[in-house]
Amino acid sequence: MSSAPMSISHPRLPRWAPGLVGVMALALAGLPALLSGWGLVKWIVAAIVVFLVAMPLWSRLIEGRRAAVDRFVTALIWTAFAIAVSPLVWLLYVVIRSGAPAINGQFLSVSMLNVIGDEQGGIFHALIGTLLITVAAAVISIPIGILTAVYLVEYGKRSRMARVITFLVDVMTGIPSIVAGLFALALLVLLFGTAFRAGIGGSIALSLLMIPTVVRSSEEMMRLVPDDLREASYALGVPKWRTITRVVLPTALAGIVTGVVLAISRVIGETAPLLVVAGATDGVNANLFDGRMTTLPVFIFSQYASSTPVGYQRAWGGALVLIALVMVLNLIARIIGRIFSPAKGH
Amino acid sequence: MTATESPERTATTGSPRPSRRGDRAFEGVVRTSALTILVALLAVFVFLAIEGWVGLTSDAATYAPFTSFASYIGPLIVSTLLASAIALVVAVPFSIAVALFISHYAPRRLASALGYVIDLLAAVPSVVFGLWGGRYLAGYLQPAHVWLHDHVGFIPIFGDPSPNGRSLFTAGIVLSIMIMPIMTAISREVFLQTPRLHEEAALALGATRWEMIRYAVFPYARSGMVSGVMLGLGRALGETMAVAMVLATTPTTTLNVIGTASPPTIAANIALNYKEATPERQSLLIATGLVLFVVTFVVNFAARWVAGRSERRLNR
Repeated sequence: MSSAPMSISHPRLPRWAPGLVGVMALALAGLPALLSGWGLVKWIVAAIVVFLVAMPLWSRLIEGRRAAVDRFVTALIWTAFAIAVSPLVWLLYVVIRSGAPAINGQFLSVSMLNVIGDEQGGIFHALIGTLLITVAAAVISIPIGILTAVYLVEYGKRSRMARVITFLVDVMTGIPSIVAGLFALALLVLLFGTAFRAGIGGSIALSLLMIPTVVRSSEEMMRLVPDDLREASYALGVPKWRTITRVVLPTALAGIVTGVVLAISRVIGETAPLLVVAGATDGVNANLFDGRMTTLPVFIFSQYASSTPVGYQRAWGGALVLIALVMVLNLIARIIGRIFSPAKGH
Repeated sequence: MTATESPERTATTGSPRPSRRGDRAFEGVVRTSALTILVALLAVFVFLAIEGWVGLTSDAATYAPFTSFASYIGPLIVSTLLASAIALVVAVPFSIAVALFISHYAPRRLASALGYVIDLLAAVPSVVFGLWGGRYLAGYLQPAHVWLHDHVGFIPIFGDPSPNGRSLFTAGIVLSIMIMPIMTAISREVFLQTPRLHEEAALALGATRWEMIRYAVFPYARSGMVSGVMLGLGRALGETMAVAMVLATTPTTTLNVIGTASPPTIAANIALNYKEATPERQSLLIATGLVLFVVTFVVNFAARWVAGRSERRLNR
């Protein structure tokens, strides 16, 4: 390389080179794939390997070592992304394929009470439980979360306490969900005796997981509210607390709602804490403050743990409903965020 | 509006405005709710300690089939560490590659949509991951167990392969999929924060895109990446359902991560045994939960501290 005459420009591969190599790699890997009857996955894996070898090789011959390394890394990173996404695609496909046959009107409208053996059961009790526990968790955590965010943005500013709280909220996002469940269990046991179980314990556990998310997203949104708005309000003589409730919060509302909905979608699928503290039951229990209460994720787990074909069937049906719930909540959050986001520009 | 009157009155008389009371009350409420978070975090520790204390020093029968707390939790800790290690080894390269893909490689117009796809992976409930891992992934990974045993079996953690694939190894793979989104999100953020001038300077000097990333992006993002990895570790240590549903567990002590019988992780052990209602067993489980809480707290604390320190350094 060093002996070559100095030139201003290096030879470069044409723009369509990766495409060409890609097609050829598919073709090359297709030959043994056809001959020995590989599946689609094996064929694509082989093609990727061929590409990872051929592309840098060609580049090495024409463009030199550094460009070859660059092309190799580029191919590697695209491959890594494809591999990383594949579990999501596979999982969604499996859930839809295995879950769809289980879903019918009865599945959604009856409970598991007195369901024996292979009889058709349902998830009605689990839906009620999920709804009640999640709503109660939201009722606990939304006010605390938003007010804490108000403190951090409007009052705390750079005080030591605000910094400590910001830090601890960050640390709190990493609390394992099962620990939150055990905390709620310890609380209930200490207050009401060892055998006491209630849905509200699940709500307490979930709110412990939800509060940090709500604080972070609300905080972020309120920081986006321009100071001009606050100052205009102060200039009119509006006291600080009315400025916050009438100007800052409404301006940040869409973002805050988005964050809250995302937080709900995060906790609605939590299993471990509810398993520990709310337990499981076959019938409908609409009383948050007494007795075991099944939620949808716990339903899925207990049906899976039964290890029977009909149990698996119900578990997949429940999983499909749960995934659909989470995705719908995510979508709602996105839509709210998109529709109302221009407001922050004023 | 009452608010329009108050400034006039202040201007004329100089007396405290009536609205100060509202202000003070509101600040009190806001401050209280902020303190609630501190109290809650403290309460988690205190309540777990109160209820779990008994579990640390019960009589030997409580710990059956073991005899003391240390021997009960020992295998669980080993399993937890092994599963988390597998998860990290798999997830770290992928999450960095995916974060780079979204921040520097993907077509600009697609980047945010692709980031959203990764976020969706984080939205999938853990119980569904467990269901999928136990029913599908385990079966597909079983040949990998045999392969590992045949080719790298001299390493003691790859002993006799499991016939159905429901091993600590598979659980670790599921964990790696679950922790990848958070690690990707953190790395992506710090990659995107790399000053454009650094990147353009590197490119102007003739660096290829990979060289630019190696010499401009990585040094800048190093501590962010470390903090992302530690957050991922925190997740992996505490993740419950995926392990509880994938792993076929027995309370033996083994280092074999691909065998049929492994002790569960701490978290999974709690979920699998929560039905044991005797008060002693219950406080034993709570005591293991306390250990898990302290460990994950320390890991998360360290992660945030590393992230915060680099932020302060860069802001200077």
